[in-house]
Amino acid sequence: MSKSVVNDFTLNIATPNGTGSQTSNTIIFRALYHMGIAAAAKNLFPSNIQGLPTWFSIRVSAGGWQARAEQCEILLTLNPATWNQDIANHPRGGVIVDNTDYKIPESRFEGYVRYSVPFESLALKHLRDAKLRPKLKNLIYVGVVAQLFGIEEESVQATIRAMFANKQELFDVNWEACKIGIDYAKENLKKQDPYRFARANQTAGKILIDGNDACGLGAVYGGCTAFTWYPITPASSLGEAVIEFFRKYRTEKDGTRNYAVVQAEDELAAIGMVLGAGWAGARAATSTSGPGISLMGENFGYGYYAEIPAVVFDVQRVGPSTGLPTRTQQSDLLLVAFHSHGDTSFPMLIPANAAECFEFAWRAFDVADRYQTPVVVMSDLDLGMNTWVSEPLVYPDRPFDRGKILTPEKLAQLEKWGRYKDVDGDGIPYRSIAGRTQDSRFSYFTRGSGHDENAVYSESDQVYARNLDRLARKIRGTVQVLPEPVLAGKGNAEVGIIAFGSTDHAVREALAANETAADYLRLRAYPFHDSVGEFIAGHDRVVVIEQNQQGQMAQLLRMALPEHAPKIESITYYGGLPLSAAFVARALNGTLAKV
Amino acid sequence: MSESATAQKTNRVGLTKEDYGGAPSTMCKGCGHDRISEAVIQAAFHLGVESHRIVKMSGIGCSSKTPAYFLGRTFGLNATHGRMPSFATGSYVANSALMPLGVSGDGDTASIGIGQFVHLVRRNPKMVYIVENNGVYGLTKGQFSATADRESPSKRGALPSEGPIDLCSLALDLGCSFVARSFSGDKKQLVPLIEAAFSHNGLAFLDVISPCVTFNNHDESTKSYTYHKDHEVHYHDVTFVPHFEHIDVEYEPGSVQTVPLHDGSKLHLKKLDAAYDPTDFQRAAHALRETRANRQILTGLIYINKGTPTFAETLKLPATPLASLDEKTLRPSREALDKFNAAHRV
Ligand SMILES: Cc1ncc(C[n+]2csc(CCOP(=O)(O)OP(=O)(O)O)c2C)c(N)n1
Ligand code: SF4
Ligand SMILES: [Mg+2]
Repeated sequence: MSKSVVNDFTLNIATPNGTGSQTSNTIIFRALYHMGIAAAAKNLFPSNIQGLPTWFSIRVSAGGWQARAEQCEILLTLNPATWNQDIANHPRGGVIVDNTDYKIPESRFEGYVRYSVPFESLALKHLRDAKLRPKLKNLIYVGVVAQLFGIEEESVQATIRAMFANKQELFDVNWEACKIGIDYAKENLKKQDPYRFARANQTAGKILIDGNDACGLGAVYGGCTAFTWYPITPASSLGEAVIEFFRKYRTEKDGTRNYAVVQAEDELAAIGMVLGAGWAGARAATSTSGPGISLMGENFGYGYYAEIPAVVFDVQRVGPSTGLPTRTQQSDLLLVAFHSHGDTSFPMLIPANAAECFEFAWRAFDVADRYQTPVVVMSDLDLGMNTWVSEPLVYPDRPFDRGKILTPEKLAQLEKWGRYKDVDGDGIPYRSIAGRTQDSRFSYFTRGSGHDENAVYSESDQVYARNLDRLARKIRGTVQVLPEPVLAGKGNAEVGIIAFGSTDHAVREALAANETAADYLRLRAYPFHDSVGEFIAGHDRVVVIEQNQQGQMAQLLRMALPEHAPKIESITYYGGLPLSAAFVARALNGTLAKV
Repeated sequence: MSESATAQKTNRVGLTKEDYGGAPSTMCKGCGHDRISEAVIQAAFHLGVESHRIVKMSGIGCSSKTPAYFLGRTFGLNATHGRMPSFATGSYVANSALMPLGVSGDGDTASIGIGQFVHLVRRNPKMVYIVENNGVYGLTKGQFSATADRESPSKRGALPSEGPIDLCSLALDLGCSFVARSFSGDKKQLVPLIEAAFSHNGLAFLDVISPCVTFNNHDESTKSYTYHKDHEVHYHDVTFVPHFEHIDVEYEPGSVQTVPLHDGSKLHLKKLDAAYDPTDFQRAAHALRETRANRQILTGLIYINKGTPTFAETLKLPATPLASLDEKTLRPSREALDKFNAAHRV
């Protein structure tokens, strides 16, 4: 056996969807966390409930990198429907754990280290309860992996205990099943490969969480009271998280709920309800993905023009159309930035990790209230649905900013109030809220059709243009409160890289390994902060890396900064897998080689 | 101030009828919708509606414009086409102490907005929902809407190529807790029905036939003044007695059915058909079907059920509106977040 490879390889587990393998995969991932290893977990699942193949990849690296690895060293091929292809794709020299009961021809294992385990027979023999067998069967491979590659028993046990809420009977059956694998491997499999997990120090202080949970909790901390949604992958678990956290944090002892959740009939209704609730003074939000965003179009424009706060979570998936519902992209940028007909502009907050999902979620409500407009948090499937080893969530550093809500005192001061009057010169008018006072000077008629400063119907060309100009100015002002970009590097390299969102992990990893000295600016919001223009101005070449075909962020940058347009280059990947550092490195070398 | 102005009648909240008015109407002269606006004003004045306790909600269409022409002191929201129900639901959820007064058209509700209408009915918020039904899209110049009857030709003589939706039957079938139909020209019936709708604790749906004089009032149209006059039937005359008025009227035994309403008001139904009972679902459904088959238009209070829980009750909303809850109530503590982080370290 060659020199051992410790904590620097990828394990790929192929199983059929809906067979309970998710629990087993999670146990492996979490047991590694328990050993202090920051593994990267990517669940590649099909758009189907049961039967189609899923691949769960667990990557460990010295740097604790969280991006997807392209290489896979160890394959667990446990899906009778995919072993053929799985093995064909697996690089020679690698390790394969297969199911003896599938009777895969010997010849297929030439050039591999093979561990064959009769999973079905073991399950039949040792798992007496036929009802529980299909579920528990998967625990056997957890045991095999633990024994073969060195996941400590104590860590597996601690994980099972935590996952089954410390219920002894549940722990017992699961651990026993796991033990079947451990014992089989001990007695029958001789270690022939170099790969080994070993205790590490990569997880100190960190938490395990997915982006959707973090967004959901952020919404609750942001004071959201009305949440409406229509289920769609990959945004559904965000809605479910909000519901769970509402129950937990917002239910009074007598059962009173300081929240409302409405499962809307579609996304048109979901956004309509958010706008209705926002109009009536509540903090309201909805979560969706591309198809839902498309449906929300008309009402986005309504919210923009009638000036109503709203928060929308867009957990992006692969478009156009139904696309690949269970794969990831960053391809809703142009759609969201200018959503709806007419001249519009929507602020976007773009988190790159779970801690930012939490932070940007609560901050989005402040932006929406302050600027009285729909605001979108742009997450994606990779960020939202995969579990990440993340920095802990940080408590909000400031109180709610409810923006310019008219109080009786303020009304007395203003004398002549007009709903859409720019009193302070920042384009943001004062807003009154129904039901807050009996003074009828407060009331006004909200409409999406032409209106003047006093919210009175108007078809005047001058009034209309003035209003649109004020709105544009108002939205431009959001840069003052939107998250600023983050700069990595000294800022004086020749090449400037721009990226955003979940691809940050692959980009940072690629840059850390690359000799090319480049500065890296991570965008965290749209519209762009002034420092983005300065960054571009300060570099000879600027490359924007993103996960869509059209180079949508590059387009937005060219539009916002036309003077720099010619120097903005694009690297794009849009196949739907989470971005890998290897791809970034290759593409970057290729792009930079061009003159 | 002149003698007559000071002597102007005020209601129980000290407002005059003019106080319930709005901007000048921009409807065509003679449009049925204006009559409905007048009926709303009259009902609100009689009831002593406090303008800060309701919100006007509408979609898009001639009908949906009318909330600008009544209750001018009240907040209003003119939403997108067919989407008023969702905006109203949002507002209601944020502050269920504010009752939405929804005004829509047959296009806005039965065509583009049928989905949202259907689901609004399922939710049963406390809300008044008036459809000003003229069988056409008035605002886009007279195309058929989804309530146009098959036998009802356009001005140019074309017939609809699809069958009609009867919104009352649909609402009833979906479990609507208050279903009524009336005619924009019949204030005697319409005003008390609107008043009863205000007093109902749940979704009160009113289908009000409202002729479009410009595009759909020719004699052959089934939504015309003349057609309505010839085909209308009702099984009772309605009188509304608000909770704050103590009027005892003597009726012959068995001739009147009194429907007590949520706020203590009463709707007296003087029976013209001894058997009809609007609390009887089967009878209501049958009556709608039967009159339709006979080419009649059934008006009056068709159905009422006070037992359906409101959406606020179902959602267990707090006494303080969600919109008024403060940061202390809404933002969980720092300790809670510490605990959350700790729980995600295993
Ligand atoms: C999304 C959308 N599609 C089409 C229109 C055009 N439009 C405006 S009003 C209307 C029909 C209104 O009909 P109805 O609700 O019956 O109102 P009426 O004018 O008859 O009172 C249509 C189709 C629109 N405003 N929005
Ligand atoms: S077009 Fe018809 S519905 Fe519209 S205002 Fe004129 S008469 Fe009324
Ligand atoms: Mg109409």
